[in-house]
Amino acid sequence: MDLFSVAFISAFVTGFIAASMPLLVASLGETIGEQSGVLNLGIEGVMLFGGYTGFVVTLVTGSFPLGMLAGAGAGIAVSLIFLVLSVLLGLNQIVIGLAMTLLGGGITSVLYFEHYSKSTPRLGKDEPLPIPVLSDIPVVGDSVFSQPTTFWVVLVLAVVVAWFLAKTNFGLQIKAAGQNPNSLDASGGSVVRTRSIAVMLGGFFSGLGGAYLALISTGAFTPFMTQGIGYTAIVVTMLARGRISWVIGTSMVFGLSVAIGTVIQLTDINLPTDVIKMFPFVVVITVLVIFARSAYVPPALGLPYTRGSR
Amino acid sequence: MVSSPPKSISTPILSIRQVTKKFPGVIANDNISLDLHQGKVHCLLGENGAGKSTLISILAGMQQPDQGWIEAAGQRVNIASPRAAMDLGIGVVYQHSTLISTMTVLENLMLGDTGGVTLDIKGAKARLEELGEMLGASIEGSALASDLALGQQQQVEIAKAMWKGSKVLILDEPTSMLTPQAIAQLEESVARLKAQDLSIVFITHKLREAYSMGDEISVLRHGRLVHHISDAVLKKSSEEEIKESVLDAMFGEDKASVGDKAFAEEISAASEAHHLRSTKSFDSEEPVLRLSGISSPDSPTETPVKGFSVDIRPGEIVGVAGIDGHGQKPLAELVAGQRKLTSGKIFFDGEDISSSGVRKRQSLGIRYVTDDRMHEGIVGDLSVAVNLVLKRIGMAPFWRWGRMNKTAVDQEAQHLVSSFDIRTPNLHTRAGTLSGGNIQKLLLARELTHEPRVVIFNKPTYGLDLKTVGRVRTIVRDFAENGGSVLLISTDLDELVELSDRIVLISGGRLSGEVVNDSAKTAERVGELMLGPN
Amino acid sequence: MAAEGGLQSPGTKTSSSRTTKVVAGFVRNVLPLALAIGTSGIFLLALGKSPAAFYGAVIQFGLLGTGWQRSIIMLAPLLLYGAGLIVAFRGKLWNLGYEGQYLLGGVLVVGLAPALTQSLPLALAFIILMAIGATVGGAWTFLPAVLKAKFGTNEIITTLMLSFVGIGITNMLIRGPFQNPEVTVPQTAVMPLDTMFPKILGSRIHIGIIIALVVVLILHFVLTRTSFGLRLDVYGASPKSALHVGIDVPRMIVIIFLISGALIGLAASVDMLGLWGTMRANWNPSYGAAILPFVFLARLNILASIPFLAFYAVLATGGALASQDVGLDSHFLLVVVALILVFMSIIEYIGMKRDLGQSYIPPGLRKAFASLLSRKNEGDS
Repeated sequence: MDLFSVAFISAFVTGFIAASMPLLVASLGETIGEQSGVLNLGIEGVMLFGGYTGFVVTLVTGSFPLGMLAGAGAGIAVSLIFLVLSVLLGLNQIVIGLAMTLLGGGITSVLYFEHYSKSTPRLGKDEPLPIPVLSDIPVVGDSVFSQPTTFWVVLVLAVVVAWFLAKTNFGLQIKAAGQNPNSLDASGGSVVRTRSIAVMLGGFFSGLGGAYLALISTGAFTPFMTQGIGYTAIVVTMLARGRISWVIGTSMVFGLSVAIGTVIQLTDINLPTDVIKMFPFVVVITVLVIFARSAYVPPALGLPYTRGSR
Repeated sequence: MVSSPPKSISTPILSIRQVTKKFPGVIANDNISLDLHQGKVHCLLGENGAGKSTLISILAGMQQPDQGWIEAAGQRVNIASPRAAMDLGIGVVYQHSTLISTMTVLENLMLGDTGGVTLDIKGAKARLEELGEMLGASIEGSALASDLALGQQQQVEIAKAMWKGSKVLILDEPTSMLTPQAIAQLEESVARLKAQDLSIVFITHKLREAYSMGDEISVLRHGRLVHHISDAVLKKSSEEEIKESVLDAMFGEDKASVGDKAFAEEISAASEAHHLRSTKSFDSEEPVLRLSGISSPDSPTETPVKGFSVDIRPGEIVGVAGIDGHGQKPLAELVAGQRKLTSGKIFFDGEDISSSGVRKRQSLGIRYVTDDRMHEGIVGDLSVAVNLVLKRIGMAPFWRWGRMNKTAVDQEAQHLVSSFDIRTPNLHTRAGTLSGGNIQKLLLARELTHEPRVVIFNKPTYGLDLKTVGRVRTIVRDFAENGGSVLLISTDLDELVELSDRIVLISGGRLSGEVVNDSAKTAERVGELMLGPN
Repeated sequence: MAAEGGLQSPGTKTSSSRTTKVVAGFVRNVLPLALAIGTSGIFLLALGKSPAAFYGAVIQFGLLGTGWQRSIIMLAPLLLYGAGLIVAFRGKLWNLGYEGQYLLGGVLVVGLAPALTQSLPLALAFIILMAIGATVGGAWTFLPAVLKAKFGTNEIITTLMLSFVGIGITNMLIRGPFQNPEVTVPQTAVMPLDTMFPKILGSRIHIGIIIALVVVLILHFVLTRTSFGLRLDVYGASPKSALHVGIDVPRMIVIIFLISGALIGLAASVDMLGLWGTMRANWNPSYGAAILPFVFLARLNILASIPFLAFYAVLATGGALASQDVGLDSHFLLVVVALILVFMSIIEYIGMKRDLGQSYIPPGLRKAFASLLSRKNEGDS
């Protein structure tokens, strides 16, 4: 395949978008949670729940938007467990998070095995929403501007989240919950309520991200399909320090490294698939090493809050 | 914002009625009743551990009383949460800042707002200006909280406490870390607020302050209200008379146990501190410890030390005064060896120890009593005995071939527990369960044995009850009398004046002045130097 | 007040009678397991399977007949693996890169085994191979260790990311230099049985269990009775205190990681030399995640971990075969394990509320994340 043919670059961009979006969505959710001081290590599990639920719903109803919503809903439902245990009861966030990852992987794997392992159904492609005029531009027209509706919805969501965190009262409370929950409490706010809402929003996005991965990026559900995306979202969140522009940027860097991997596979360069698969993680580690010193994290992250303990 | 209906001055705006609050092992508040009046400053006086903070947290809605109740303008109320306290017009300025350092002043102030979805920045700016005028201070809304000086932070805290309109303003030990200039500003703000009919509660452990600031004084001791001096009595009594009655109430039966009366006065900051040591001349002696232009690495969270130099001679106590957070902790850690020098040298007995580690310096006799007793000084989950030998892990006779010799450890521990009067159920109790005073005694026992030569004390009496404060100061004094050298870092000016032979000032990490402690004007001179440009 | 893992302090402020202690012990240790099994049983019912049949099969395949022998075979690497996690967790260092460390250690052992066992006396070859496995496992922790020691870079992410890389490298080695030339599937050469660990007394059990027991018992002694163990505990309780009392903190971090990785690599060696004798590409037994709850249940105490890991060995061995028997995906066990974690946390919470005694979740676990990527000078917390 000619390296610089229009079709090729088109495919590259599409692949790049497909890889970046689930990560972006998951990172948005993780950011909201992290800013409020909650660290959800179970994000892989939540994404898998969202992916499986979305997959089943879309398979049964044939509707992609419905599947996405179902996935997001599953994400909220599952993170309620995390909410009750970690935020309300104050149980250890890391242990519960790990349990969620195991639960998500185990339950979806068992269910899939039960119902679909013999048939391994695949979903079709979602209806693209071509933007008039722009979608006729060569190269980008097919790839960027002919993405399904969901793609645009997600982009809009990212902007909404950014505005929400920066410009609303509630956004300020979320930040306070993560910086100094004592201050928030003394100001008359509710740390528990703020974090609970943040966790549910986080669940919404993680579930949505998982659904995007299954429905749009790949078109099917496979057990354990997240393969570390959740952990990568945590890294993205840490590096972005709550700045949504950085969340978008870092997710794209990751997506790029995955896309480059796929590209290389199509050329004559003879790199083993394993290297391709490793490449994004190596990129992440390198970024971590370089930027490790300048990253910053909400001081109250991971610590449950009890009033009166100073 | 909240209009108060006309009332006679005699009806208290807030009343505490028979409030009792218990915690495991201690009665923090025992049947306390008192009234707060509009336009008056009510001083709550008591030592650390007397129960002042608990009472405040009950008024602030952070805790609930086990017995008793609160009345607002004669009506019984239930302050169930900080929000409820705010709704009643009760504002609290805590001793330790509750401002979020990474947010701006405006953001911190807007945090309590619940109206609307979007942030009302315009409204907040207007309110800030209004409050600034009320207080007689100008506050820059867009400044980061961490960039403000402590005095300015306090002004913001007061504005925050009054954000929704206040009837009662509670100030918890507001002067503890302020410069004399900031204290003056605070006094002005308080006077203005009084004039606007606010009721002010002023908490302090310094008798001097209570007398000068208060319209009435309530004395707390061991959770009980032991003395009350009303408005009328305070107006017509002299300072001496008030001092007598308060000291009697505070110490009463065990005046003897605290030493003589003069000493009791010192500790309760009833009068100006003065130097209690015999003056010695140190000029001719060779320094035991020489810090020569030392600096610590830059850090985003605290001020580093920059080019600090000082000599300490045998038997000398050198005090380090300064506003908290101006490099004291890095200084202590540089000398102890816990932090790396980025420039300069440290000499001990003439030898360069700049690159020696913590262990080596300990063995030479350099010891460090840290200010963070709970989380750095001891390991709370280990026993008292192990904590006492914690700086000797692996050394004989406590460890042989890597194995712990329990008998030797217990013997040493028993010896130290007796000689330093450490109150503990037994040697194997978890050290974290001990009281603050006993933990401090544990640290002293550990650092001041096995041939110490130079000891760094960082805020050694902070938060301790008066008896232990007295004991600690005696220990420091005795150590120096016997030839030991001391670097005494403290934010308590009285303590520094009482103990030090010389006081150096640290500001912005640099040495900014020196005062030899040879006259009654030492405190004044130090205060003047602290006023200088930061 | 929560106790740190392994720190023994008799004479705490609560004095309980003997019976209360026994009941408390039962509640904390057995109840989570029982609740988890019960809840997972409900899940089985929802799938239309019989819990009784499933768990009956677990016992049948895990304990009865030759089942118990298979369980012991499984236990051998788990003991070492668990010890590796315990060493790290006692220091509040979250070595979550165990999968990469295990696979790399294992693949190098199984890849080099044919050459070494054919040219050297068997015992010597075993020793060298185990050393290689341990070294590789330890080496794979070196980068995260140094990053943490020098810059305070949080190890959760670095070890996790490196784990993925390690898995990739393992597959590359299997498809590359270690590829079995006689087959087309990606797999290493299969070690002939007479070049693997000998069996004990004519049973199916190989000597790996003895090696594992010896190693972990020695380690237990070191952790609980020596000055090194105390230093580790002090560091784990509070890095600030460790620095204060003169412990070389960066050195301690690196040593803890290396020991942890080495034990996990050794676990892989024992597993390869004793049981598998070969490795396929994309094979990953994922022991680490599965034994985490048991390591915590044991309060990070090696001796206490032995019975818990034995329980898991039976559950996993029996469970793998029982799953096939009832037509269930084998990942069902992950669900059981996750439920144990959840119930354990809840019971610990209730226990702490009622002050039944020491808790076993190290409070520093949550603090660790709070210092993610923070600089060294800011310390932990």
